[in-house]
Amino acid sequence: MSQRTLYDKVWDRHTVGTLSTGMDQLLIGLHLVHEVTSPQAFASLRERQQPVAFPDRTIATMDHIVPTDRISRPFSDPQAELMAATLEANTREFGIRLMDMASGKQGIVHMIGPELGLTQPGMTIACGDSHTSTHGAFGSLAFGIGTTDVRNVLETQTMALSRLKVRRIRIEGALQRGVYAKDVILRIIADLGVKGGLGYAYEYSGAVIEALSMEGRMTICNMSIEGGARIGYINPDDTTFAYIRGREYAPRDWDAALAYWKSIRSDEDAVYDDEWVIDGNTIEPMITWGINPGQSITISDSLPHVADAADPKSFQDAFDFMAFTEGQSPESLAIDVAFIGSCTNGRLSDLREAAAIFRGKRVHSRVKAVVVPGSQQVARQAEAEGLDRIFIEAGAEWRHAGCSMCLAMNTDRLEGRQLCASSSNRNFMGRQGSPTGRTLLMSPAMVATAAVYGHVYDVRKVLNDD
Amino acid sequence: MIDASIHRVTGTAVPIEGNDVDTDQIVPARFLKEITFDRMGSYLFYDARQGDSANHPLDNPRYAGASIMLVDHNFGCGSSREHAPQAIRRAGFKALIGASFAEIFLGNCRSLGIVTATADAAVLAQLADAIQQQPQTQWTIDVAAATVTVAGMAALPVRIKDAHQQAFLAGTWDELIVLKAQEAAIRERAKSLPYFSW
Ligand code: SF4
Repeated sequence: MSQRTLYDKVWDRHTVGTLSTGMDQLLIGLHLVHEVTSPQAFASLRERQQPVAFPDRTIATMDHIVPTDRISRPFSDPQAELMAATLEANTREFGIRLMDMASGKQGIVHMIGPELGLTQPGMTIACGDSHTSTHGAFGSLAFGIGTTDVRNVLETQTMALSRLKVRRIRIEGALQRGVYAKDVILRIIADLGVKGGLGYAYEYSGAVIEALSMEGRMTICNMSIEGGARIGYINPDDTTFAYIRGREYAPRDWDAALAYWKSIRSDEDAVYDDEWVIDGNTIEPMITWGINPGQSITISDSLPHVADAADPKSFQDAFDFMAFTEGQSPESLAIDVAFIGSCTNGRLSDLREAAAIFRGKRVHSRVKAVVVPGSQQVARQAEAEGLDRIFIEAGAEWRHAGCSMCLAMNTDRLEGRQLCASSSNRNFMGRQGSPTGRTLLMSPAMVATAAVYGHVYDVRKVLNDD
Repeated sequence: MIDASIHRVTGTAVPIEGNDVDTDQIVPARFLKEITFDRMGSYLFYDARQGDSANHPLDNPRYAGASIMLVDHNFGCGSSREHAPQAIRRAGFKALIGASFAEIFLGNCRSLGIVTATADAAVLAQLADAIQQQPQTQWTIDVAAATVTVAGMAALPVRIKDAHQQAFLAGTWDELIVLKAQEAAIRERAKSLPYFSW
């Protein structure tokens, strides 16, 4: 059993009591709501005429279904329009703030929490979305939940949870040029496996993590769930505090906030259930070649052989679906689509890194490149810096904020067997909208590089040419 | 009050092979644009069941009427969306037995009253074999004893998470009432946290 970690401290401070099943009833400090996983929960409250217990601690936005090309209402897809209208009606009826398209604050739910200063250290956070783990970058315990739990949190501000074990993952050393937070988390998942995190919370630490910006830290915590860990977190430090300061919902009593935030950091002598160490200097640009985020290689490797796999069936299934050849060089993979965006890599620093590659170059004639800012705020900042011009001049599309082609619930999707270089987080079969469409996950800079060359290519070679 | 306790699950089983079966396979994202769960059952494993060459176990008459799924490792990985277990339940399934389950999926199953049990490789192999030999034979999962019995065979051990076992037996797998009973304690706890008043 872990002791004196941030996980233990925050958990204990939020425990209302232990239920007869042995699960703890945990108070949730911030509840984020979006259009896809909430309508059934609101309907349940309405049926039984129950109010939302803490409407002030609940914030809603719309992200999954919003189109990113034409955003005028009604949306062209009647189902999307109904989802948006339902969220608007529900938030109005139950007295919940909605960051809608007209607010200037709309965006992917995991982008706007941090941006608005809502996401803070020492909180428990819940949202009907598995990438809620993103918010752990601030030193919060952030849980992705199903709709029954969304209902429970709306109605009681609590949910029943079993305690997790804590694994500390230390990334020591420093990252090479051309290696990004995305590569770090893909490497962690490659090392520990997509189910390695079952039953664990991941605490990320070490020199590499400490040197990362909040945006990079969010990328890492975001994909904890892809490694099977329901939550991942990073101890808050001066980088965290500086990020929050001055944001709209930042605490007014700053000294009291700092005192609380520092008190919940893992102690020096904290006890962990497990530990894993990676030398950051050995991390290279990563790409996935298969149908789960653990099926990845470094750009210097070649694709694996089924016979060498620990789980040959899953490798065979992946090769069958992707139609790649064993031992093939990743640089021989020609792409059709390049997608930059999502709650993993749709932030300003991601767009800057991609723009640095696109600047003065052209998207390959065969490739359709789409850049989707994660939030309206990111879109405005990128436009203020002229990043949108760089994308457009390179021949990429510059869109409005949303989830877009990360899961293709809006009008953006792959067609047929298209192969997409994507900065998102899941390469599951059919994830990007076409049941037979194929996804390669990589960093935004690697996506931009692939977009320019028309095939997967080592971003370090491009950076070294400059 | 209705007794929601679940002591046993009986039914025939269907094998869903493969590790890391993700929530996008269970219900493709394009079917999530509905504001109720009513139709989810008809989307279960939708993409894998389309096309000329499709011969999904769910469409195999040998396994018709199954209400227990036999699965492999890390079943239900990916999204937290309840659409996946809702689809499973609405398609008539009451229990899943497998090597391991993704964390959020497991909790979602509990809150819908779907029994999930894990078992050792040897037990899973015996169960897989039993399906092949006699696909229409009834299985019984005994929640309190944590066993599965295939008619004509000795009971085999499975594992059900303690908290889930308790919740199924007590009928509190949907915890809303239990949580709500603590209203005063919830308000107290909220007051004790500095940030609730910032
Ligand atoms: S960007 Fe993708 S992973 Fe993130 S919340 Fe949207 S759909 Fe989910």
